[in-house]
Amino acid sequence: MGSRASTLLREEEIEEIKKETGFSHSQITRLYSRFTSLDKGENGTLSREDFQRIPELAINPLGDRIINAFFPESEDQVNFRGFMRTLAHFRPIEDNEKNKNAAPSEPLNSRTNKLLFAFRLYDLDRDDKISRDELLQVLRMMVGVNISDEQLGSIADRTIQEADTNGDSSISFNEFMKVLEKVDVEQKMSIRFLH
Amino acid sequence: MLGEGFLRVLNYRDDDTTVDKKSKSNRTEEVGLDKSRSGRNITTQLNDQSSTGLQRVAPVPNQSPSGLLIPGRPMNLSPDPLLVDCSLLVHYPDLQVADSGPIPAAHSNSPLPLISPPITVPVQSVPPNSDPEQGYLAMGSSVNISLDVPELRTNSVLNGILEKKLEEVYLQHLTENLARCHSNFGNSLLHGLVPPPQPNSQGLEDSVEELWLQVRMVFSLFFTCLLVGCSGLTPPVDLSEPQIVHSPPGHNSSNEGVPFVDVPLALGMFSVDFHHVQAPFEIVLWIMLASLAKLGFHWSGRVPAVVPESCLLIMVGLLVGGVIYGVRHSAPPTLSADAFFLFLLPPIVLDAGYFLPGRLFFENLGTILWYAVLGTLWNVLGIGLSLYGVCLLCPSSLGDVSLLHCLLFGSLIAAVDPVAVLSVFQEMHVNEQLHILVFGESLLNDAVTVVLYQLFESFLRLPSVSGLDVLLGGCRVLLVGFGGLFVGLFFGLVAALTSRFTSRVPVIAPLFVFLYSYLSYLTSEMLHLSGITAIVTCAVTMKQYVEANVSERCNSSIQYFLKMWSSVSETLIFIFLGVSTIQDVHMWSWTFVCATLLLCLLWRASGVLLLTAVVNKVRRNKVTFRDQFIIAYGGLRGAICFSLVFLIDDFPKKRLFITTTIIVILFTVFVQGMTIKPLVELLDVKRKKRALPTVSEEIHSRLIDHLLAGIEDVVGYWGQHYWKDKFEQFNRKFLRRFLIREEQQNRSSILRVYQELERRDQGANRETAIQARTVPQTSSRPLLPEEMDSIRRILSRNLHNFNSRMPAYSRHTLHQDRTLQRHQSLGKRDTQMEEAEFNGLQNLRRGLRRSHTVCAITPRPASQDSIPEENVSPKLEPKKHLSFDIERL
Repeated sequence: MGSRASTLLREEEIEEIKKETGFSHSQITRLYSRFTSLDKGENGTLSREDFQRIPELAINPLGDRIINAFFPESEDQVNFRGFMRTLAHFRPIEDNEKNKNAAPSEPLNSRTNKLLFAFRLYDLDRDDKISRDELLQVLRMMVGVNISDEQLGSIADRTIQEADTNGDSSISFNEFMKVLEKVDVEQKMSIRFLH
Repeated sequence: MLGEGFLRVLNYRDDDTTVDKKSKSNRTEEVGLDKSRSGRNITTQLNDQSSTGLQRVAPVPNQSPSGLLIPGRPMNLSPDPLLVDCSLLVHYPDLQVADSGPIPAAHSNSPLPLISPPITVPVQSVPPNSDPEQGYLAMGSSVNISLDVPELRTNSVLNGILEKKLEEVYLQHLTENLARCHSNFGNSLLHGLVPPPQPNSQGLEDSVEELWLQVRMVFSLFFTCLLVGCSGLTPPVDLSEPQIVHSPPGHNSSNEGVPFVDVPLALGMFSVDFHHVQAPFEIVLWIMLASLAKLGFHWSGRVPAVVPESCLLIMVGLLVGGVIYGVRHSAPPTLSADAFFLFLLPPIVLDAGYFLPGRLFFENLGTILWYAVLGTLWNVLGIGLSLYGVCLLCPSSLGDVSLLHCLLFGSLIAAVDPVAVLSVFQEMHVNEQLHILVFGESLLNDAVTVVLYQLFESFLRLPSVSGLDVLLGGCRVLLVGFGGLFVGLFFGLVAALTSRFTSRVPVIAPLFVFLYSYLSYLTSEMLHLSGITAIVTCAVTMKQYVEANVSERCNSSIQYFLKMWSSVSETLIFIFLGVSTIQDVHMWSWTFVCATLLLCLLWRASGVLLLTAVVNKVRRNKVTFRDQFIIAYGGLRGAICFSLVFLIDDFPKKRLFITTTIIVILFTVFVQGMTIKPLVELLDVKRKKRALPTVSEEIHSRLIDHLLAGIEDVVGYWGQHYWKDKFEQFNRKFLRRFLIREEQQNRSSILRVYQELERRDQGANRETAIQARTVPQTSSRPLLPEEMDSIRRILSRNLHNFNSRMPAYSRHTLHQDRTLQRHQSLGKRDTQMEEAEFNGLQNLRRGLRRSHTVCAITPRPASQDSIPEENVSPKLEPKKHLSFDIERL
């Protein structure tokens, strides 16, 4: 399958993806083979059903949200380029990248973009604020049914209270970043992509 | 430790009673009181002389006015005619003959006002068959023995018989006793603390005397070390002073050879039996010395900022050792390997394991194992082989050191010591990853070094070493490591299960943590597995279940005890490192010592560089060069090497090995330990960020975990998140169900953190409500870290207040009710100060917020776009700066 993947992927496409995402050549071909193996329809795009077929993802409490994050707004297909763009958020930051301030655009795997990705998982209605209800939904997914609504509500209140600096009872992205400023997001939100 | 002392005390008591019985039975057969009294009479005369002699000689421990007749050893004293006569009683303070009176001469000579109010009991009035039982306690009341002198002299013949019989019995007892002492002392835990009966010591009295001398030295050293350690401190000295003032009287009185002789019907007001308490007494004194040194260190102004604690403790130890050496002209006690491995090391390792940051540790487990196993092998072989090369180069002085000896030495000198590493790195606050790499390595390399050490040692005993032996040795390393792991796992799970059932007797709940983990250590030591691995595994395994099962108060006492024990043992270890450095056995060779030092540094540095180069290929976040430097430089040696080197079988160059080990330890702890802190600052190594758990962080981290597990699934790569996910499912489904009480099972970690914070908040709010009603309730605003800090401080002081709300009373619960009110009033005073601090922080915070709102008002450009495309990039720029600003705030 690997050979098929590399044949289907044109060199210039690889170059573009490389530039955009920072993945290495071998990483891209490897991920492309994964992409095609997920693509049961064999039409070069992944649908939500394709993602849901991954067994572990199906039992992930946030599975649906994660799958959603792969799809641009109001679309239900994602091509390899979009797939890679999403995954690029989780590429670890390398040393030589840290000092490269001259880069014209912030790379996808910067701290801000990583955090933005996480922020989007909460922010369902995309109004750039995590409201109490949105937080509650995510909490309910993660914590399970063992906790009463009341307790969960007070946890949500507490969370908002901790983050909210301007008193609008919701968490903006800036406030979100501020709350997590002590967490080593660069390290936490990175996975190792095989070379 | 104390247990051992206790056992020994029991032993002593046993001895005492047997003697007592023997002498009593002996006496009852005898003709009557008169005879023994005449014996006493002679004793009295003798004592006039011998006690003065004793006083004169007292400061010199090795001389004694009297000899103890030990079978098989000739009496090497000038035969004292009086001694031949009788007078055994004078010289054996623990011989208690119920009927013989105390010696008035000793009292008249004794300078102490404490003893003997002059109650004169006319002895003649004592009925001959007075109850012998009474006499046991009596001592010190002076009896006018001179009254009956004329009458008693007539019975001298019978006296002689009595004396002889007594002598026989006592000799028998002494030989038994000495034999027992030998076996005891040989295995004793603080071998050094309690010096074994010296072969040339003249008798029990002497050893007592010697010990007293030691005790006195320890006491005087309290002062010296405190004076050295702290300039402007007094409270601990004040506390210790009364003891010092009090004990010399007791010391003197027993020193002057007042035997414990009983007088019927004369109730003793005062008696000294140092023997009885000797072992625990000395142990307590040493611990006290160590703790006071530590106290002094922390009160000594600017010193702690520059010098690591371990260095200062070693210096105190050197001082103590020097003084002991100066006074006694013989080597001070050393820390025996048994005492170290069985009693001092486990608390430290347990503490380290229990507070091991689990997540961080497991994330880096691969790298840690890589360093611990391969790095140690690299070091051992490298140092061993190149040292052999050095030995070959100068055959004149070092020609007789074999290759195996070099390897053996390499294996012990390569052992990075968790105690030293912990004590230095804890004060430095380097970033967590670096810390866990260095510390994890030092914990886990124990398995490798100890095994290699045993291996080479057994090779030394074998006539020849075949390839098969080497192969078996390699397998043994694995066996030892994994064996320790399984032992620890087993005891950890059992401990978790036990803690599930402690709800009815919560008082002893903390005990199980200690018992099971110690048991795991001992078991694996017994099976020759790695004890350190076992106890760490045990602690890591049991922690999450135990914490869920026991109450809050119980948890805090577990943590408190762990910290206390570990810091006491650590202090003791360092002090003893210093004390033991003063030795007679040193043997110096510039070549060997310098070569070892250099090779240790070189091989460690090269090993770290090489292994990191390999590991960086695989790691997600690379180990930077600065980190590598700190890892290499942080390879401190400590008490493990020291204890191992004393265990080497005797051979001509053992003394050289000991000296070199001590030099290496001192060099690493002093030079490296003192320079590593400035180096960390110089190199600008990433520091640890202050970790304050907030609910938000917990929730968001949890979200990120799930997210990453999901992404790993999508990518099809089973990384650590995948396995973590799997383990948590397993944990939730099986382990937690069995090991945790039902009512606690449903608490997720988010809820736990939340509840904890809520509780703190409640406490803080209540305090503020009580103390300052003027301050508006601050529920609607977020808390700054500084405020959280002060809240936490308020809480830690007042925690017992709302813990004690639970209406529970039983015999074993701590009686807090009565002390509660006092605490509350104290708490009020404290909180007023806290409140001032709190308000100050609020002002500070207001200022901060003003500047912060400036940032917050700035537009957030990127947030409108879904996934950043190229056209977003110019807008992203200002935001990046913004985030930096915030971070700087």
